Amino acid sequence: MTTTTDQTAKQEEKEIPESCKLQLCGVKKSFNSKKVLRGIDLKVPQGQSLVVIGGSGTGKSVMLKCVLGLLHPDEGSIMVDGRETMGLDARDRNRLMKKFGMLFQGAALFDSMKIWENVAFGLVQGRGMDRNDAQAIALEKMKAVGLDEQVGDLYPAELSGGMQKRVGLARAVAANPEILFFDEPTTGLDPIMADVINELIIKSVKELGATALSITHDMASARKIADVIAMIHEGRIIWCGPVGELDHTDNEYVDQFIHGRAEGPITDIIGKAA
Amino acid sequence: MDADTKHDRTVEDCIKNCKPVTDYVLDSCEAIGHTIVNLFLAVGRLAMFMAQSVLHVFLPPFFPRLIGRQLIDIGYYSLPVVGMTALFTGMVLALQSYTGFARFNAEGAVAGVVVLSVTRELAPVLAGLMVAGRVGAAMAAEIGTMRVTEQIDAMVTLSVNPFKYLIAPRIIAGTLMLPVLVLVGDIIGVFGGYIVSIYNLGFSPGNYLTQTWNMMETIDVVSGLVKAGVFGLVVAMLGCYHGFNSQRGAQGVGAATTNAVVSASILILIFNYILTQVFFS
Repeated sequence: MTTTTDQTAKQEEKEIPESCKLQLCGVKKSFNSKKVLRGIDLKVPQGQSLVVIGGSGTGKSVMLKCVLGLLHPDEGSIMVDGRETMGLDARDRNRLMKKFGMLFQGAALFDSMKIWENVAFGLVQGRGMDRNDAQAIALEKMKAVGLDEQVGDLYPAELSGGMQKRVGLARAVAANPEILFFDEPTTGLDPIMADVINELIIKSVKELGATALSITHDMASARKIADVIAMIHEGRIIWCGPVGELDHTDNEYVDQFIHGRAEGPITDIIGKAA
Repeated sequence: MDADTKHDRTVEDCIKNCKPVTDYVLDSCEAIGHTIVNLFLAVGRLAMFMAQSVLHVFLPPFFPRLIGRQLIDIGYYSLPVVGMTALFTGMVLALQSYTGFARFNAEGAVAGVVVLSVTRELAPVLAGLMVAGRVGAAMAAEIGTMRVTEQIDAMVTLSVNPFKYLIAPRIIAGTLMLPVLVLVGDIIGVFGGYIVSIYNLGFSPGNYLTQTWNMMETIDVVSGLVKAGVFGLVVAMLGCYHGFNSQRGAQGVGAATTNAVVSASILILIFNYILTQVFFS
C-alpha cells in the first residue's frame, strides 16, 4: 500500500533557498507497532510560511510535536538554523525553545491564570522578566490581536473560542520568536472568526519576520496563510510546492484532498484498511 | 442415519476446533509474563519520574511563590480534616482502651495508650490517608487536566520545565507540610483522649497529663514526624505522577485520580510497616 503511494505520488519539489530555517530528514516515529511517521523530509526556508495539509491520523500533529521536542522521533534528523536538535541536553533544548512560539489547536491556555498572565507566562517564568514589564508587553501583544485591556483580567473560561485563539496567538508571539508553529489554528471557529485568525497569523508572521510552520486540514486557511504547501499522507510528505501550484498539480492525492472528494486514492486506501 | 452422521460430524468439528491443552498453558504463561513485564515497566517509569522530580527540587530556578501557594493548599487547607480525624480518633481510642483495660483493672494505662498510639501510628497514618484523599486526588486531577488539554505541552514551548514549575513545588510542600499537620494532629488527638477521659470517664486532669507526659518519649513523636515526611513525599509524588501521565481525556483524568489515591494509600500502609520496623524493632 505504501509502495503504491510512493510510486503513484510523485513528490514535486520546489527550489528551496539556501537559508533553510527548519529541516526534517527521514523523521520516523512509531507508537508500539503503529508507524505514524515513515520518513518525513521537509524544508522550511527562512521567512516563509509552510502549511502541511493532510487528513486526520496522517501524522501532522506527531510531526509538529517531534519538531517541538514534545515527542522523540525514533529516527531521522531535525535541524534548526543548520544545527541538529535531536539529542540536545536540557539546557540547549531550553535555549532552542526560546526561538519557538506555538499556537495550540485548543489554545491550551492556563485556566488558573488571568489572560494577561497567560500571555506573559513565557516572559516571566521562562525568561525571568519582571512582572510589570511582562504585563506591559502582554497588554501590547493583546492589543495587536484585537483584545482590549479589560480582557486581561478575565480568566480563559470566560472567553469565547475565537478570543481564546487570539490570546493563544498573543502568547505565542509575546517573546518575538523566530519560528512560529500553528496547530489547526482555525479548527472549531466560524468562517468569519477563522478568517480573522488567519489575518492575524499573517500579520504576526510578517511583523516578526518569522518563519512559520502550520498544520491544518482547512483548505481556506491553508491557501490564505501559506507561501508553500506540503501534503502529508501515511506518514510521508507526498507533495510540496508553492500555494499557486496547488490547483495545477497532477498528484491525485492532493487533488482529491483539496477538492474534498469522497472517492479517490485516499478513500480507497482507507476503505481497504477498514 | 442422517442425524447420527450429523452428530458425528459435529463432534469431529468440535475436536478439530478445540485448542490443545498446551495452547491454554502457553496463553496463561503469556498473560502472566505480560503482567510481570508491565509491572516492571511501571516501576521503572515511576523510579525515573521520582529521580527527575527530586533532581529538580534541588536545581534552580526555584519558584518560591508556587511553593508558598502549595504549602498553604496542602498544609493550611488540610488542617480541618486532619484535626477532626485526630480529635475523634483520640476520643474513640480513650473510650475503647478504657473499656478493654477495665477488665484487667488497668484503667491507668489509658493515657499512655492514647499518646503512644496517636503519636506513633494513628496521627501519621490517618493524616497521610486523609491528605492522600484530599491533596493527592486534587494534584492528579489538576495536572491530569493540564496534560490532556495540552497545557503542559504549552508550558514546554514557553521554555518552562513542568518538573520545576508543577512537580517540584508540590513535592517540597507535601514533604514539609505533612509533618506539621501530624504534629498538630498529635496535639489534637491527645487532647481528644483527654476530653473523654476527664469529662466522660472521670479521670483526674493532673494525673492524666502527668501519665501522658511520663509515658511519651522523643522517639515517639520523631518517628511519627519522619513517617509523615515520607507519607507526604509519597502522596505528592504519586499524585503528580499519575496526573502527569494521564491520557484519554476526562476518563483518563478520572482514572489518574483514582490511581493516585489508591496507590498512595497502599504505599502509606507499606511504608508505615517498614518505618515502624526500622524505628522500633
